[in-house]
Amino acid sequence: MPDRDRILSKVRSALGRSSGQAVPAAPPPRLVIPSWSLEERIRRFSENFLGETFVAANGDEARDFVASKTEGLAAVASNSSVLRELGVSGLPNVQCGFVDRDELRLACIAAGVGITSASYAIADPGALVVLAGAEEERLISLAPPRHIAVIPADRILSSLDELFTVVPDPALESSSMVLIGGPSRTGDIEMTLTLGVHGPREVYVVIVE
Amino acid sequence: MATVFQQEIHVALSDLKLQRTIQSATARFGEKRREVIAPDVLPEYQELRDHASRLKQHTLDHLDYYLEMLEARVQERGGHVVWCADAEAAVEAVVAIGREHGVKLAVKSKSMVSEEIHLNEALERNNIEPVETDLGEYIMQLARERPYHIVAPALHKTRGDVADLFVDQLGVERTEEPEELTKIARLILREKFLTADMGISGANFLVAESGAVVLVENEGNIRMTTSAPRVHVAVTGIEKLIPRAADLAVFLKLLGRSGSGQPITSYTSFLSGPRREGEINGPDEFYLLLVDNGRTKVLADEEKRETLHCIRCGACSNVCPVYRRIGGHTYPGAYSGPIGAILTPQFAGLGHEPELPFASSLCGACGEVCPVKIDIPRMLLALRRDVKRGEAREKRWFPEKLAFQGWSWVMRHPWVFERAGLMAQVFLPPQGGDAWIRKGPGPLEAWTDTRDFPPRAPRSFRRLWRERSGKAHKEPAA
Repeated sequence: MPDRDRILSKVRSALGRSSGQAVPAAPPPRLVIPSWSLEERIRRFSENFLGETFVAANGDEARDFVASKTEGLAAVASNSSVLRELGVSGLPNVQCGFVDRDELRLACIAAGVGITSASYAIADPGALVVLAGAEEERLISLAPPRHIAVIPADRILSSLDELFTVVPDPALESSSMVLIGGPSRTGDIEMTLTLGVHGPREVYVVIVE
Repeated sequence: MATVFQQEIHVALSDLKLQRTIQSATARFGEKRREVIAPDVLPEYQELRDHASRLKQHTLDHLDYYLEMLEARVQERGGHVVWCADAEAAVEAVVAIGREHGVKLAVKSKSMVSEEIHLNEALERNNIEPVETDLGEYIMQLARERPYHIVAPALHKTRGDVADLFVDQLGVERTEEPEELTKIARLILREKFLTADMGISGANFLVAESGAVVLVENEGNIRMTTSAPRVHVAVTGIEKLIPRAADLAVFLKLLGRSGSGQPITSYTSFLSGPRREGEINGPDEFYLLLVDNGRTKVLADEEKRETLHCIRCGACSNVCPVYRRIGGHTYPGAYSGPIGAILTPQFAGLGHEPELPFASSLCGACGEVCPVKIDIPRMLLALRRDVKRGEAREKRWFPEKLAFQGWSWVMRHPWVFERAGLMAQVFLPPQGGDAWIRKGPGPLEAWTDTRDFPPRAPRSFRRLWRERSGKAHKEPAA
């Protein structure tokens, strides 16, 4: 008997169930969504996110901030429409518009900064939510030592509970959804906090109001 | 005669440096955990535990249904599902996938199941070089040791140990700075990520409805492992299922807090199948290995089924007075600490590890901190009972049983107990100095092999009690 059938039949006999037997509804998801105002969500995100947060009053301020953090460094930007509209993609040392895997990979390895937007952010616990697709991809927020994410303020959700209400099944949208809680870190040597293990050691989030 | 397990215990206990290292690391983990679950910080903590436990129970009680759902969803998205009855089938499957794709180098992120099935050894035998990429696991691989702790694999190594290891194994200039050591590992492993043909991960959760693997980490090595190579293989146990993505709202709040005292870890990846149209990076092929290797046996045991609730946070080890003394390597098998003491004998069969359920003081701390409410102390007792029943079946002669029947009768008759106590005083040495009895006479030696017996007290507890309660009546507390 192939392992598949062997395991399933062992599972069924362990549970006293037969093939195709109905299953009662699972306990309902526990989703409790606080009603925080936008200001409250921005405040909590800034407090909870383990990277640095900068609140920009407008697009120009956001672009200037990104420019100051990429000065003198090679930067790779995602194909996010937010970055294009704010003019971040057009900054002199920023490369973007990649479609080829190998080219993007080499650029990410060489870059000092990776610039992305995010599909959402979460205020509590503080996290960015990046779904891979036409706008974002996996390595730009990971390989360069500095990551800057620029997000419109209204993308900040209150909590994990709200995220899974807005995106009940991430698999329907992308092969990869990642929650980013701050810089890459480890405590593996004597519990000493060390940043920038395999991912960025610095993460900046620019919130555009 | 002391068993290997008992010998290992003595080795760990006599290493003072090791004792200090384990004590301080586990204490830090414990403190951080308590801070982030405190009632003013997370008032819903107990409710989350209840909910998580109910969800796990429901999923395990209908596991066949959720496994089939998961399989269908993974396949719909172009992934492959490989069912593996035991460790042998699982390592064969990984080797076969490696051969099919001409893999010479495989990067690995932390996976307890891969430890359980001894995957690295099998890959090496088949000319596939496995490279661990979690910093702690990388250190362990260089040292050729197994992980010391479920979430902190190199917990027992000092910075000096790591420095020596890097000099010996990597030929780098000596430094003891964690920052510098981490930089060295980053450089070496970066190269490996970019040249590896296969990435092997475990899974923290499997989401049935989404056909997804959920991975929780802090370093970014899991994201690299699952994004850079052409092939991603996730190796995991069949018990990791949860019904829906929304259930993560409960589990993610518990896992990071219980494991490392973090409200959320640096990275949580939700991965469903290979890279899709329009996505630039990500694997071309995705394989999900569903490993049984003893799990259906545990599932069949209704009394102990909840052992499979475990989400591998390691909180039980951090509070365990036994783990904190004897450390992770003393436990046989991949899983250490209280959860290992109930998991390993059930996976391997009681005959293999009969001592493990007894390696506990039954203080109850493990059950108290378990985020999915596994009643570990009750499981330990049940396993002890099973071990003793097995031994009783094997032996025709029951001296231990007789002794305990006698003990039980004495305990139920206070006047006999008191006289027996008086009689015992004749045989026991008096108190003072180091008068503990370390070696009992005759068959009692087996008992004192693992315990010391206290010397006789000048006055018995019962006598003290009578005297004190007599006084208490006359002199009410001020």
